[in-house]
Amino acid sequence: MLEGAAVEIDEGLGDPSEMTLNMGPQHPSTHGVFRLILQLDGETVVGVRPVMGYLHRSTEKLGEARTYVMGVVLTDRLDYLAPMSNNWAYALAVEKLANLEVPERAEYIRVIVTELNRIASHQVAIGTFGADVGTWFTPLVYAFREREEILDLFGLCAGVRMNPSYIRFGGVARDLTPEFLEKARRFIDKMPGKIDEYESLLTRNEIFLGRTKNIGMLPPELAKEYSVTGPIARASGIGYDVRRAEPYGVYDRFDWEAPIQYNGDAYDRYLVRIAEMRESVKIVRQALRDLPDGEFRGRQPKTLRPPKGEAYARIESPKGELGFYLISDGSTSPYRFKVRAPSFINLTVLSQLTIGHKIADAVVILGSFDIVMGEVDR
Amino acid sequence: MRFFYDPLGVIRDGLHGLLVTVLPLWLADAILALLGVVLVVALVPALVVTAVYLERRIIAKMQDRIGPNRVGPFGLLQPIADVLKLLSKEDLIPARADRPLFILSPILVVGASLMVWATIPWAPGLAPTDLDVGVLFIIAMAGLPGIGIIMAGWASYNKYSLLGGMRAVAQLVSYEIPGILGALVPVMLAGSMSLQEIVRAQESLWFVFTPWGFVAFLLFIISGVAESNRTPFDLIEAESELAAGFHTEYSGMRFALFFLAEYANMFAISGVGSILFLGGWTFPLDFLPIPPFVWFIAKMYLLVFVFIWIRGTLPRLRYDQLMHFAWKRLLPLGLLNVGVTGVWLGVVRPLFVR
Repeated sequence: MLEGAAVEIDEGLGDPSEMTLNMGPQHPSTHGVFRLILQLDGETVVGVRPVMGYLHRSTEKLGEARTYVMGVVLTDRLDYLAPMSNNWAYALAVEKLANLEVPERAEYIRVIVTELNRIASHQVAIGTFGADVGTWFTPLVYAFREREEILDLFGLCAGVRMNPSYIRFGGVARDLTPEFLEKARRFIDKMPGKIDEYESLLTRNEIFLGRTKNIGMLPPELAKEYSVTGPIARASGIGYDVRRAEPYGVYDRFDWEAPIQYNGDAYDRYLVRIAEMRESVKIVRQALRDLPDGEFRGRQPKTLRPPKGEAYARIESPKGELGFYLISDGSTSPYRFKVRAPSFINLTVLSQLTIGHKIADAVVILGSFDIVMGEVDR
Repeated sequence: MRFFYDPLGVIRDGLHGLLVTVLPLWLADAILALLGVVLVVALVPALVVTAVYLERRIIAKMQDRIGPNRVGPFGLLQPIADVLKLLSKEDLIPARADRPLFILSPILVVGASLMVWATIPWAPGLAPTDLDVGVLFIIAMAGLPGIGIIMAGWASYNKYSLLGGMRAVAQLVSYEIPGILGALVPVMLAGSMSLQEIVRAQESLWFVFTPWGFVAFLLFIISGVAESNRTPFDLIEAESELAAGFHTEYSGMRFALFFLAEYANMFAISGVGSILFLGGWTFPLDFLPIPPFVWFIAKMYLLVFVFIWIRGTLPRLRYDQLMHFAWKRLLPLGLLNVGVTGVWLGVVRPLFVR
């Protein structure tokens, strides 16, 4: 199912009453440069072939050709909607490899920025999902309004709004300023009301329910077979969250829930993301309250040469389980740099869910998966 | 005083008096009819221009954005800039497109949506023509764009366009019927198909304030939204599914013509809706020194605002849901409503009014 880009469009497959529709790589709803080749009987989808690779930038090979610190910049560009998660997962793997200590304050800062980033990522997911269902961009603009503020916060702490490269080995790049803390507190206080506002547009809207309920049903068994993770798996009743299953950082110190739904349809995925935004708000509020004083970065050598060995670190990114596998040969750059990209692995189950639905539903199902092509193609 | 209430009528009569002194009667009539046509053809795009501006500004306000505000004061000249841009764009026709159909279809769609305006009365006596079967004419003209849209979808040689065109036929045919059933109620209540007669019948009570009139109004407006291909019934264009549906391959002025037709339709439906249900040019405050056509225009813009409001709020229906809604919900409701109206007019009302 993952064939190269050179797939013929009109192959005349079987039944002459069927039509092959080439959706993407340039299409408003493919969230980047994803391509779906749909086999249609009228408006019903009878066959799906996803084609990936249009955004391939050989990130993994580049990671092997660069030093460890340079790799941080590469990770920003994987899931460019959640760069903090990528930074953290990579830093975690390097820290395991080189046995670096992370100060307490840095752990809290990491939780704060990553959970803010989770909110921002889910805002994009819900906003574009609304656009996929056919609203005239109102939920999208509402969600982006608050996402702007999160990006401004990143600008305050990292210096840039996107691609921050903020989380480094043994800590973070810079300390949080009092201005950041004050703005973050104010933002966290108003955020629950804003989430209510997003919900008021969609959650109980009759048309939205009709478009998303029982669409793209993912049974838990199928989800496990395809190792689907993240909000998609949790919407199918699989209570798997890396923050709970294998707590990293200081997640075990906060009081929060991993939201779960049991129907496994597009609507439940939406609900899980909304609930996760509320939980992230809770986590950030606690982390801001408990933020200890101290160093923001531990001591580390000028040139990082981790001892020979291998390390795998995983975190819960907004899209699912994000893992980095690094092998060190003792030099300044990794021998192997492998990313377990959640969007990519979640996408493998897409064609199973889409067959039998209408074209309009194919768009909704893809939207409910919340893929980022930067991560899928790497 | 008459000039105040019917300015165009006074001008028309004056001009006619002037022309018949030098020309034969038939030629004077023909020239005046032609002037009426020119006026309508010029006026409708002007309305559309205001609607484009209003839609962009109102939706921007609803979405907490600013909207266009760079071109002219408050961005008022934005639509003119848009039109100039569209005029200066290259006119592309795909190599494998069916050229005659491709060129003809925007003309047909725009022509049909302008034809509707031929019978709409703006004020007492202020209508291009006063047809005895005005409602029938409007229903007939409202059905024509469907042909143009499937022509465009077929001629473009594009699968998205074809899907959009096929959806168009099904949707327009389905939603015409509840719309007609809605429009039938004012006709029954007024006992006439002439739009001016229908307005006169509402001088004491607008039809929307009767129970059957209210249901018919809802039916008419819902069908109207579907007929003008707007959210939540914009499946024909469905940006997130079909790129741009039937006009994917159109660019420049040909695209602008489709755009013009969509907005002209929106205004026509608002105008017809306010004539059939909201009393047209009548208003309870008619002792105020405001010409009647102002009330009509105000009601029309009120309905246009509702259309824009719906677009800013609702998601899109799916194809099969759309069909279910038309045939299983709206159609029985419309039939029932017509039946109730008939019972009221034929059985109940004669008991009270002797």
